[in-house]
Amino acid sequence: MKSEAKARPASRGRRLGAFVFLSPGLTYLIVLLLVPLGLMVSYTVFQRGRFGGVVYEFTTENFSRLVDPLYLGVLGTSLRIAAVTTLIALLVGYPTAYLIAQLPNRWKTAALVAIVLPFWTNFLIRVYAWIMLLSGPGVVNSLLGTKLELLYKEGTIVAGLLYSYLPLMVLPLYATIEKLDPQLREASANLGASAFTTFRKVTLPLTLPGVMTGCLFVFVPSFGNFVIPEMLGGNKTVMVGNLIRNQFLSARDWPFGSTLALALVAVLVVLLLVQSWAARRA
Amino acid sequence: MSRTRFTSRLPAAVAVAGLALAAAACGGESSNSSGGTSAAAADLKPNADLSKQKLQITVWDGYTPKELPEKAKEKLKVSEVEVTLHATNEEAMTKLTAGGDSGIDVAFVSGQYAQALNAQGLLEPIHPELIPNLANLYPEATQLSYDKGNKYSVPYTWGTTGICYRSDLVKAKPTSWNDILKPPSWADKKVTMMTTERWLALPALKALGYSVNTEKDEEIEKVKQLLLDAKPHLLAYDDTTFGDRLKSGEAVMVEAWDGWCPTTDEKQNIKFEVPKEGSDLWVDTMVIMKSSKNKEAAHAFINYILDPEIHRWAAENINYKVPNKAAMDKVTISPGSLLGIKPAELLNGESLIDLGQASTKYTRLAEEIKAQS
Amino acid sequence: MPFWATYVFLYLPIVVLVLMSFNSGKSVYTYEGFSLKWYGELAGDERIREGLVNTLIVAAGSTVIATVLGTLLAVGLARHTRSKLLDALALMPAVLPDLVLAIGLLVFYGMIQMTLGLHSVILAHGLFSMAFVAAVVRTRLTNADTSLEEASRDLGAGPVSTFMRITLPQLLPGIVAGALLAFTLSLDEFVIAFFTVGNSDQTLPIVIYSMIRFGVTPKINALAAILLLVSFTAVIAGQRLTKIGETRAQD
Repeated sequence: MKSEAKARPASRGRRLGAFVFLSPGLTYLIVLLLVPLGLMVSYTVFQRGRFGGVVYEFTTENFSRLVDPLYLGVLGTSLRIAAVTTLIALLVGYPTAYLIAQLPNRWKTAALVAIVLPFWTNFLIRVYAWIMLLSGPGVVNSLLGTKLELLYKEGTIVAGLLYSYLPLMVLPLYATIEKLDPQLREASANLGASAFTTFRKVTLPLTLPGVMTGCLFVFVPSFGNFVIPEMLGGNKTVMVGNLIRNQFLSARDWPFGSTLALALVAVLVVLLLVQSWAARRA
Repeated sequence: MSRTRFTSRLPAAVAVAGLALAAAACGGESSNSSGGTSAAAADLKPNADLSKQKLQITVWDGYTPKELPEKAKEKLKVSEVEVTLHATNEEAMTKLTAGGDSGIDVAFVSGQYAQALNAQGLLEPIHPELIPNLANLYPEATQLSYDKGNKYSVPYTWGTTGICYRSDLVKAKPTSWNDILKPPSWADKKVTMMTTERWLALPALKALGYSVNTEKDEEIEKVKQLLLDAKPHLLAYDDTTFGDRLKSGEAVMVEAWDGWCPTTDEKQNIKFEVPKEGSDLWVDTMVIMKSSKNKEAAHAFINYILDPEIHRWAAENINYKVPNKAAMDKVTISPGSLLGIKPAELLNGESLIDLGQASTKYTRLAEEIKAQS
Repeated sequence: MPFWATYVFLYLPIVVLVLMSFNSGKSVYTYEGFSLKWYGELAGDERIREGLVNTLIVAAGSTVIATVLGTLLAVGLARHTRSKLLDALALMPAVLPDLVLAIGLLVFYGMIQMTLGLHSVILAHGLFSMAFVAAVVRTRLTNADTSLEEASRDLGAGPVSTFMRITLPQLLPGIVAGALLAFTLSLDEFVIAFFTVGNSDQTLPIVIYSMIRFGVTPKINALAAILLLVSFTAVIAGQRLTKIGETRAQD
């Protein structure tokens, strides 16, 4: 037996190995990822059934609906909300990550784990916590004795998204800032650069990949979110995620829902390409 | 190098083949899924052995008495009665229409949704001979426009939509849909409207004197304008927690279904009013899924619900009116309860029906209203 | 100053949430006194209990799928192909928005007329968890020493026995970390489960979602407090475990 195995040409063994290791996972990916995505792609050219479902008759209507001002407006709102969230997350996350990286070693891990911990608790419960804090009779109002209208605004949605995804900004930022050679900054300072110039000319460019990754990590889930606009937005703001969800849950328009979902993916792919292009230039 | 690249393309080729196969499969599907309405009824035996059948029921949260599954199981001698809960019609519909056997035997959905399910051929026709208690229904309840003659659905509860309000916090009792659509300054940002599309449109439709089932574009356009003007004065669009908002005082007037207006709250400061412009008559029904393997038990269950004693118990328990004369004759009306509203008053309301293709107009309307900032 | 503000922002809502779970009053907004009654109510809630059991079933099932397939995939990708395309494909479930995955699967299950249930969620969670396991295991593989594997192959061992005897033990800490990650991700996952679960079985996040939609009650706070405790313990235990694994692997 052994000698037989030995005699086997190496390339055959390698191909067998490739088959053994790759085929189970790839089959799974093909059946449950590529085929469903393919189905969604095919649904984009079909029509909604009278009472839901799909009628397999060709139409381009789903695409023309995409550029309808109503849906473009929703896209704009989603982009704005996700962008504002990402920007704030960056402004809050960068100094936080920077300061964690300056901590003595034994505190670093603890500080980092403390950032991530809330992220590992149920997402819905974190959203619920905000309803509790901000609603009309909520904790903030009863503590302050005020009757402020805090919930159901675009700002509340941003706060909820920021709360949910801030850790995803801090982690990649920390990873790049940690790797920075402190000597570079010292050198810059020794050469007479101000702290700000050092930051702008040395630290920031070197941590740019982390900034990009962090922004992407925050932007993607914010952009497609539907739970937070629903729960913290009082159904008064519609984001792409709500729109997609509604096509499947209330409008029963699977073809248009699929089209919207793929449009969401397209926007994200464009952003990814921009990001990798920027990263290569940096 | 070149060989590894070649072999690496193989899985990609397989993927493409898979897609082609999937596309072929959906092509083949088209002939049977676009098929018309319900096929022939199953052949059911009145004396089937129910102990070999079990029941899976889906119903709104808090819409049946807690002990119902246990009691039904005991009485019907079926092997099991399991209840799952859905929050909205839409949630139930997604799963019931997703394809395949949903595993559900009896579903509770609103009349217009029952109509849509039937149009998709998903419902088992009701076998009246297996439900002798149908005789207990009000005659009017057998002639509702979404399903005349109860061919595929049996009404469970019915009611109307109106304004639910805090009598101690309003300066004037609301009497018109315009009180919600154009709230006076003391109620600004303290009103809610419903988020499900047909009920979102209802106040404006009625305020303008249109039918709740209108398909006319120019009418829907006017409704849209009215609703857009109303939006800045709203607290939220809310289908589920408006009762709590009233109790806490966060809202003072809300669009509400009668049964969910907490008028029996101990403080007795919450009242319900049907605006003078009129409203709808909604009916929540019980339907039997065609895919059910326990159809005899499902019929027995519906018959059990329609039993005067059981239906009365349910009505008192959930505070919704039931279209069952024999049950309503026995019902005890607790203080503040809306169970006293007579069927004749309810029937003034306009029955909601499914609009098929035109229902997309309401979807779009709701999207346009909610997306407006 | 902004440093601490971040932590206050992250923890204040959680602290209030937990405090209010001990409220003796009916409201979640005003604290009336200490009581454990909401925990009692929680224990008696059958729906939550069922949701919890279902969630554990789903998490266990999907973790098994994800760990086995993800590990094999990672080894296959690192050692048996250089295809960038396959790399990207394997990562895709982790990168795509959950809503897109959820809808794709719903459409797919609908087309093959599959009855939805817990199994459909297990398959769905297996998909994205596999991507995470594969990614975690791969980072270990790229750092791992390949000379032992080569030696094993030179001595005539087939790919499978090389994997079982050499690669697998080296990878174990990575696999454990991946499995833990998969399990935790599945426990908390809502969107995909919401779209792919059957009518009759609900996972805990879905139960929580409908509870929140029907209003705020201190019962949710009590549930939240317990879940927080579990997550915190799991994360800290996971940290310790991977650390122990790492030091052992270095020995």
